[in-house]
Amino acid sequence: MPSVKSGTRKITIEPVTRVEGHGKVTIKLDENNKVIQSRFHIVEFRGFERFIQGRPYWEAPVLVQRLCGICPVSHHLCASKAMDVIVGVPSDSLTPTADKMRRLMHYGQFFQSHVLHFFHLASPDLLFGVNSDPLKRNIIGVIQAFPEIAKKAVLMRKFGQEVIHLTAGKKIHGTGAIPGGVNKHLTSAERDELLVGTPELNADIMVAWIQEGLALFKDYHLKNKEFIDGFAAFPSNYMSLVRKDGALDLYHGVLRAVDPEGKKIFDQVDYQNYADYISEEVRSWTYMKFPYFQSLGMEKGWYRVGPLARLNTCDFIPTPLAQKEFEQYKAYSKGKPSGSSMHMHWARLIEALHAAEKIRELLNDPDLISGELVKTGVRMGEGVGLLEAPRGTLFHHYRVDPNDQITMCNLIVSTTSNNEGMNRAVSWVAENVISGQREIPEGMLNQVEVAIRAYDPCLSCATHAVGQMPLEVVLEDRDGMVLDRKVKNSNG
Amino acid sequence: MSGQRSNKKIILATTSLAGCFGCHMSLLDIDERILKLVEVVEFDKSPIDDIKEFSRMCDVGLVEGGCCNSENVRVLRDFRRHCKILISVGACAITGGLPAMRNGIPVSELFEAAFPAGSIPNDEEIPMLLDRVYPCHEIVKIDGFLPGCPPRADLLWEALNLLVAGKSLSELSFENVRYD
Repeated sequence: MPSVKSGTRKITIEPVTRVEGHGKVTIKLDENNKVIQSRFHIVEFRGFERFIQGRPYWEAPVLVQRLCGICPVSHHLCASKAMDVIVGVPSDSLTPTADKMRRLMHYGQFFQSHVLHFFHLASPDLLFGVNSDPLKRNIIGVIQAFPEIAKKAVLMRKFGQEVIHLTAGKKIHGTGAIPGGVNKHLTSAERDELLVGTPELNADIMVAWIQEGLALFKDYHLKNKEFIDGFAAFPSNYMSLVRKDGALDLYHGVLRAVDPEGKKIFDQVDYQNYADYISEEVRSWTYMKFPYFQSLGMEKGWYRVGPLARLNTCDFIPTPLAQKEFEQYKAYSKGKPSGSSMHMHWARLIEALHAAEKIRELLNDPDLISGELVKTGVRMGEGVGLLEAPRGTLFHHYRVDPNDQITMCNLIVSTTSNNEGMNRAVSWVAENVISGQREIPEGMLNQVEVAIRAYDPCLSCATHAVGQMPLEVVLEDRDGMVLDRKVKNSNG
Repeated sequence: MSGQRSNKKIILATTSLAGCFGCHMSLLDIDERILKLVEVVEFDKSPIDDIKEFSRMCDVGLVEGGCCNSENVRVLRDFRRHCKILISVGACAITGGLPAMRNGIPVSELFEAAFPAGSIPNDEEIPMLLDRVYPCHEIVKIDGFLPGCPPRADLLWEALNLLVAGKSLSELSFENVRYD
């Protein structure tokens, strides 16, 4: 297939490493080494939405988490929230025990996932430099060169995983949540294991260590302002869940979207109606779709999700230490939304601190130890679950027939919402770093990956879940001329 | 393998094919022991580092996930060529796992559920989807199997220690070789 004209060349980065899952980047250059096209592709396809049809609805929370081994808790809880609706017990009417056990599990996951991403995957770029020796630029290199940082990172991740283990039964692919509630309490011994633990593994020390991580980033920022503020920075819309009063809430609330100036595009949206607000576009060169706000259309309606978006949409953080950091963070961008891809790391660490504070607060709550586990209600035929996964807003939508079998499943995973953002970040590096260069050393290509990595993409999720949203498809010829448009609604 | 290599680092490569990365996460769940692991194991090609292509023979390859497309097959064969001992890690590599739930469904139906007619992504960059999801041992010779979804961290740790000592996986303990 001669898609590369003579004199032009194509750079392929495959696989994109130190991210979760499988992705690749292609960059095409003309005879003068100018970039003519750059793309971030998802090239695997699983068909999950189809093969879950026919399965009993109560299997969904256990099956669907196998989309992703990094954030299984997100899918487990999001499917459970959808099934709460199906069994007639919407998630805000669960028992206090069920709500708090699930939240504890969720904050445990946020803590481990954010730590994993910052320290294990992204920090080598900061600690060694984006152009450093690729053989050292990884977590093993960090263990060897910065053993103290590495040890704390390993133990912080362990703590988060232990929270999941004690609430879900397993560290990966557990079973804590069930439609309408949870299946276990925390025993007081389990609580003490997390609250008191050992000198190196307890809720207090986690709060202290993640603050050290945040200090490490802020110190790096101070010394590398241009890079952190300017690298792959561009404006966009942002969306996340917020609590009804505007607080950051990672587990439950209403949808809010803001524009690059911070003006609200929509607010207080009940996520059961998400399909009235969001559509998706298909492009021929990737399985991952491109979601956008219907009110703004395909061109202007794309948005970003995740830590950056959440701190751009929420009004405050309801834990004291993270709120203090949030105020500093907001002051830095003069109260306006931040469009810098690298600020994502900053926002992520503030959220990790929030999660650690929440874990500590929840562990002191007697509702974890006793109380009703499950409620029942009037069975419904359709339900939407939504929460903030570590990487952004996650949607699960199911229809279930009277035989309890799933007949329709639509998933929009966080990484899909960041598809346009990641492609723009890749283009930014292609245009600003690579274009016009005769020689392209490895470090330049790593910068493409640094830009993608900032989004902490979960390509594993993106590969499995393609979604069935209302779609607009645009066919383009190789010069980008639009040849045809097709529209499909969510009912087929 | 000889039993002489206990003082020498073994070279390890890992990959995730049609999997969820949970097995790699379980490997990280060995927690503090990873600080010891790096003293006896040297990582080659792996998603946790930036080595994209093999440059040498490796002692051990760990494969997560089965094969769902032509690229998975290419990577698996590449692993077979470059790893003296190749191990299927976890349910998907061993049986196809959850992605193999698609095996009874025609590929066209899977696509129709996700994309409108006439708009299925099709590009030279997208590898060919296989008719079904295959376990790794149906594509290449596999030397060992570590079960679980994911295999527990203790099992991965025990297996790596045996391999570092030049021993056989048949010595794995019953407590760890359990599927949950």
